[in-house]
Amino acid sequence: MTEKTILYRGAEAEICLTNYMKYKVVQKRRVQKTYRIKDIDDRLISTRTKGETKLIAEARKQGVSVPIIYDVDLKSGIITMEYIEGKRIKDIFNYLNKKERIDICKKIGVNIAKLHNNDIIHGDITTSNMILANDRIHFIDFGLGEKNNEIETKGVDLHVLMEAIDSTHSKYSDYFDYVIEGYKKELKENANLVIQKIEDIVKRGRYR
Amino acid sequence: MICLGIEGTAHSIGVGIIENNRRKCIVLSNIIKIYRPKQGGIHPREAANHHAIHLADLIKESINVAGVDFNKIDLISFSQGPGLGPCLRTAATAARALSLSLKKPIMGVNHCVAHLEIGRGTLDECKDPVLLYTSGANTQVIAFAEGKYRVFGETLDIGIGNCLDKFGRKIGLEFPCGPKIEKLAEKGNQYLELPYSIKGMDIAFSGLLTASEQYYQKNKRLEDICFSIQETTFAALTEITERAMAHTDKDEVLLGGGVASNKRLRDMVHKMAEDRGARFFVPSKDLCIDNGAMIAWLGILMYNNGIRLKVEESYIDQRFRTDMVDVSWRD
Repeated sequence: MTEKTILYRGAEAEICLTNYMKYKVVQKRRVQKTYRIKDIDDRLISTRTKGETKLIAEARKQGVSVPIIYDVDLKSGIITMEYIEGKRIKDIFNYLNKKERIDICKKIGVNIAKLHNNDIIHGDITTSNMILANDRIHFIDFGLGEKNNEIETKGVDLHVLMEAIDSTHSKYSDYFDYVIEGYKKELKENANLVIQKIEDIVKRGRYR
Repeated sequence: MICLGIEGTAHSIGVGIIENNRRKCIVLSNIIKIYRPKQGGIHPREAANHHAIHLADLIKESINVAGVDFNKIDLISFSQGPGLGPCLRTAATAARALSLSLKKPIMGVNHCVAHLEIGRGTLDECKDPVLLYTSGANTQVIAFAEGKYRVFGETLDIGIGNCLDKFGRKIGLEFPCGPKIEKLAEKGNQYLELPYSIKGMDIAFSGLLTASEQYYQKNKRLEDICFSIQETTFAALTEITERAMAHTDKDEVLLGGGVASNKRLRDMVHKMAEDRGARFFVPSKDLCIDNGAMIAWLGILMYNNGIRLKVEESYIDQRFRTDMVDVSWRD
């Protein structure tokens, strides 16, 4: 019997550390939510597990660092994947020196652009969902992601990060500009359209 | 210290009186009157007219119920925003008039922050909650972080109350439609699939509204549509609230806003809180909906913290964001 250690209990899933064959792996198990009816719960768990797996596999093909997927169980909502040993950007962001912080932000932007070039929308780009390991930023938790080629959706994707930086790293809210700088450099289509969209979304937000 | 608060951001006009005794929040009176349009949605000018007509009587009634004299009032507080311009101006004008005639200081407060503070003020155990604020216009998940009440998630299109009202109007219900939809939903049992739209901690309802209207046009059972709307939107609201709690590491959840009266929403959020070992709070109904008492209480907190406002600078702000307020009264 393999041992399981719960690393993190998030809002929708449990992340445990365990072994799979000879590998040290992470299992993401979507937990049943008793507050919602079974129709909705089953639908969300299975579509999210399936969608997340597909997106992670595709992101990897596009050269974005993501965990390797070893196994998927749609019915129980379990994804077994590579364990990335590193630090969450959320935990280190406020303690970096200026140069490091700028560098990280640009890298984040480049990686998001790589995803968007292939219409991969992460759906929950926050600093909790990025891990720094071996000088590379690994993106995890594609649970709210989708495939979508609309400028609007890409704008919303970036807007989530902007709000996350605003709320969690409010002292460094200007650093979102460096994310955009990296994004602009890497994006194949005209990045200004997406940036304009972010501004529209900010204006559209209620009472802003 | 005794404060009279005037709320007037949208449908409701309210006058509440709060006494602050050894940092305790005691509600002396809380009188509310709601503008109900004969048809269609809210008309800002009509709502403001309604407020102007009733405000003087509400102030008198509030004073009578509280059993205090005008000369015992130490502070006048009003909803400075966000909200509909004409409504805000009506409440602000009354507040300025009272402040000048009673020669008492005036305080303008943020309506959304007031919803959160009244929970902290009246519920003993509620110290540092994540607030799920659900009303007609507003749908926000708010929590205290780094000196401000920050919006961790909110609607990207319409408020949940607005979504319910729009659907309600389509099927011929009168404002407010939420309670009527709740009644219908109790008799529903067949779940009809609806879009479940959350982005990070943000949420959207317009797609669901369209899909629900289509079910109505296809003559699906109304009770089932209402049941499905409630189950889907409330599950999504509960989910973003839970996400915000996980993100901010908080173990208290507070409900506020008119939709917080809905029993199904309460049950869902309560269940979620239980499952994560968190505590669940909801203020009494008259403190959940838009009301003057919460405006009075926030006025006291700000005034006691040394914040001052001159009458000549007491402008309203229709787009007063939750995170524009420096929350200096909290550590």
